[in-house]
Amino acid sequence: MNQAKNGAVLATEADNSEFLVFSLGEEEYAIDILKVQEIRGYENVTRIANAPDFIKGVTNLRGVIVPIVDLRIKFHLENVEYGGQTVVIVVNVADRVVGIVVDGVSDVMTLTPDQIKPAPEFGVTLSSDFLSGLGSLEDRMLVIVDIDKLLTSEEMALVEGASQQ
Amino acid sequence: MDIADFFDTFFEEAEELLADMEQHLLELDVDDPDSEQLNAIFRAAHSIKGGAGTFGFTVLQKTTHILENLLDYARKGELALRADLVDTFLEAKDIMHDQLNAYRSEEEPDQETYERICQTLQQIALEEIGQSLEAPAETTPLASTTAPADDTPAEQEPAVNESAGQLKVALIDVDEKDRVLLVEELEQLGDIQSQSGDDKRYEVILSGSVSADDIEAVMCFIIEPNQIDIQPVASGEAKVEAPVNDTPASPPPAEPNASAPPAEPKAQAPAKAAADEGAAKGKAKKPAAESSSIRVSVDKVDQIINLVGELIITQSMLDQTVSDLDDQSVGNSSLQNGMSLLQRNARDLQESVMSIRMIPMEFVFSRFPRVVRDTAGKLGKEIELVTEGKSTELDKSLVERITDPLTHLVRNSLDHGIEMPDVRESIGKPRTGKLTLAARHQGGNILIEVRDDGAGLDRDRLLAKAKENGLNVSDTMSDEDVFQLIFAPGFSTANEVTDVSGRGVGMDVVKRNIQGMGGRVEIQSKKGEGTITSIVLPLTLAILDGMSIKVGGETFILPLSTVLESLQPNKDDMYAMAGDDVVLKVRDEYLPVVAIHEVLDVENAITDPTKSIAVIVQGEGRRYAMLVDELIGQQQVVVKNLEDNYRKVPGISAATILGDGSVALILDISGLHRLSRAKKEAGKPANTQTMSFYKESEPS
Repeated sequence: MNQAKNGAVLATEADNSEFLVFSLGEEEYAIDILKVQEIRGYENVTRIANAPDFIKGVTNLRGVIVPIVDLRIKFHLENVEYGGQTVVIVVNVADRVVGIVVDGVSDVMTLTPDQIKPAPEFGVTLSSDFLSGLGSLEDRMLVIVDIDKLLTSEEMALVEGASQQ
Repeated sequence: MDIADFFDTFFEEAEELLADMEQHLLELDVDDPDSEQLNAIFRAAHSIKGGAGTFGFTVLQKTTHILENLLDYARKGELALRADLVDTFLEAKDIMHDQLNAYRSEEEPDQETYERICQTLQQIALEEIGQSLEAPAETTPLASTTAPADDTPAEQEPAVNESAGQLKVALIDVDEKDRVLLVEELEQLGDIQSQSGDDKRYEVILSGSVSADDIEAVMCFIIEPNQIDIQPVASGEAKVEAPVNDTPASPPPAEPNASAPPAEPKAQAPAKAAADEGAAKGKAKKPAAESSSIRVSVDKVDQIINLVGELIITQSMLDQTVSDLDDQSVGNSSLQNGMSLLQRNARDLQESVMSIRMIPMEFVFSRFPRVVRDTAGKLGKEIELVTEGKSTELDKSLVERITDPLTHLVRNSLDHGIEMPDVRESIGKPRTGKLTLAARHQGGNILIEVRDDGAGLDRDRLLAKAKENGLNVSDTMSDEDVFQLIFAPGFSTANEVTDVSGRGVGMDVVKRNIQGMGGRVEIQSKKGEGTITSIVLPLTLAILDGMSIKVGGETFILPLSTVLESLQPNKDDMYAMAGDDVVLKVRDEYLPVVAIHEVLDVENAITDPTKSIAVIVQGEGRRYAMLVDELIGQQQVVVKNLEDNYRKVPGISAATILGDGSVALILDISGLHRLSRAKKEAGKPANTQTMSFYKESEPS
């Protein structure tokens, strides 16, 4: 239902952009590198009661209280484990600081506009609303997530009174 | 510098000037106006007009211009002041404030009010003085600010400036070393005709075209302005006398002259001038003192506070590590010394930084003369307002939030507390009621009191009204509890609803607001003698006195102000009620029980109530027993907002960072109670219920 809009997003995202590539289970995802503030380990997260299960809680990032979201739970991945490799990507979206838990960060990649294909209509888990497209790199496929839209969406329950738009 | 910066400066200054003007207008005694005050009002209007003209804010400039002309007549005694005229001036001030705000938001001010106020002011001029003011339409901005405006500076700095002839410069209490220097300086400025005197008073006669101001400017690098006395010699005297004389209440001769040789015959005339000049100088010194402060944006201050908070946390982490160290290790004692020094410095630093955010209560109190005047006028009452402890300091954010509740309390006192003048007289009280606003520090809190000498609260009437409203009351309640009834929603004993108050909304909002700031309200009252409403507030919102508790493996902070007591519940004192409700009997009171581990879904917590600890807490007037695993202790915590990066969480008011760097949540006492009830009503495991709330909008 949103294919037309995806096309528009693609057009504006044009030109060569750099992406941070991270893994969730076997899948590879990418987000706009300009949104990333820093990368740190997963530790010392204080649980918040009555929050959705993918919100792991809050942590102290140099005096700032930052919520931590586990994208693996949000995307219904199996084998959600926390270990030495578990990484938190701290991103800046909509004037907020949010940490997202991923299985690992692999590299930073530059994609040309023609390497980014429109995302097909997905299932329920990850609405294609939240995707900027799919990046193709020889034998790899990167799911490019529009982290702004995803984290400010109502279903993430991170922002009060947020709307799908 | 951008022109916009100048605009901002003008807006800020104009705002201060308007506030000054209002304050002076309110203090003005219409029967015997103080000329100093009239001058101050006039000067404020004049400065605003000047600024408005420079920046092209024509409407503001014209309004001020008319007001200024009227004020000028008042200042000269040609316009007899009356209370209603002062009211009009105040109204004009309000309109100017609106105009200022309009310009600030880059809009054109309301033309209609502008024309109306201009007309009103013109009317006053016609009726009172019998001449119309120069029409504002023929706007000749700034430059031709008309004659009356221009003689302000002249009056302030007597004609000395212009007298080109000889000047007598007297140096008072200047020792020889400085004096030699100063005389050398004077030589640069003009020809020294003669010099004589001693350390007490040394006089130099200087000829040349240099002005007294210039001399003073040069001298001030070395000595204080009041150590210099500059007067024109002989020919200048007449000039000096003239302008000074039309200030009626000239102050008595002051110190500078005290040391002047009394016998000297010609010293007589200049002496008076000097005294007046001294007074003017004293005033001129003020701005210099003000410039010793700087304007800093609150964001910057908050950033420093945050960083210092971080420093404190890092310091306590280090402290922890050091105290865990083996005593045997080399250099340990110097390390520990260093640590304690660091701790002290860090605390001092924190205290000083916090004090930056503190502003005096004067900022709040200064608006009340106006509120009282307006309200009293509306009610036909005579009220004298007294403020105490204006310099008591309070966190800026609290100052902003205390104003509304305080205004409400003041209006309430005026409306319901203080009686009509005739009634007061008939019961042997002075006609004029007295309302006192007082602020002072009390331990780590600030105590703000609204005191009136009015009718006081009527216990019986309150109780009767409460019963009528179906509130749960008994005749044996303590006075304190009865008085708290007025904070119940919808509770009003006023016989009729007035313009000012009596609708019964408000007092409960006042109480909620104050509780929201972590404070409380208490009422003491004696029928027929008056009422004292006390607001107790923490000094700052940024730091909270907390009690840390443990449930399961998790640490939470309870605001200490909500904790009444804690005890180990006895099985015999726990009663089950319909469903899974449990109440705990504490002395003669049955309190609802809220188990934290149930409400907040904490795992591995103690589920047997008799093995846990019951903390009796009070929030929003509701008392309940909160079951926790363990009390850890009291500590001061830095309050961090959860909503900055996340959202509001039911049952949690904020977060803080513990000594080990981890985050602990601060519990919201009344929120927890609501949450617990909501969960029980839903009759479902808490998690699924709230989850469904959160996931409402998930596409399916």
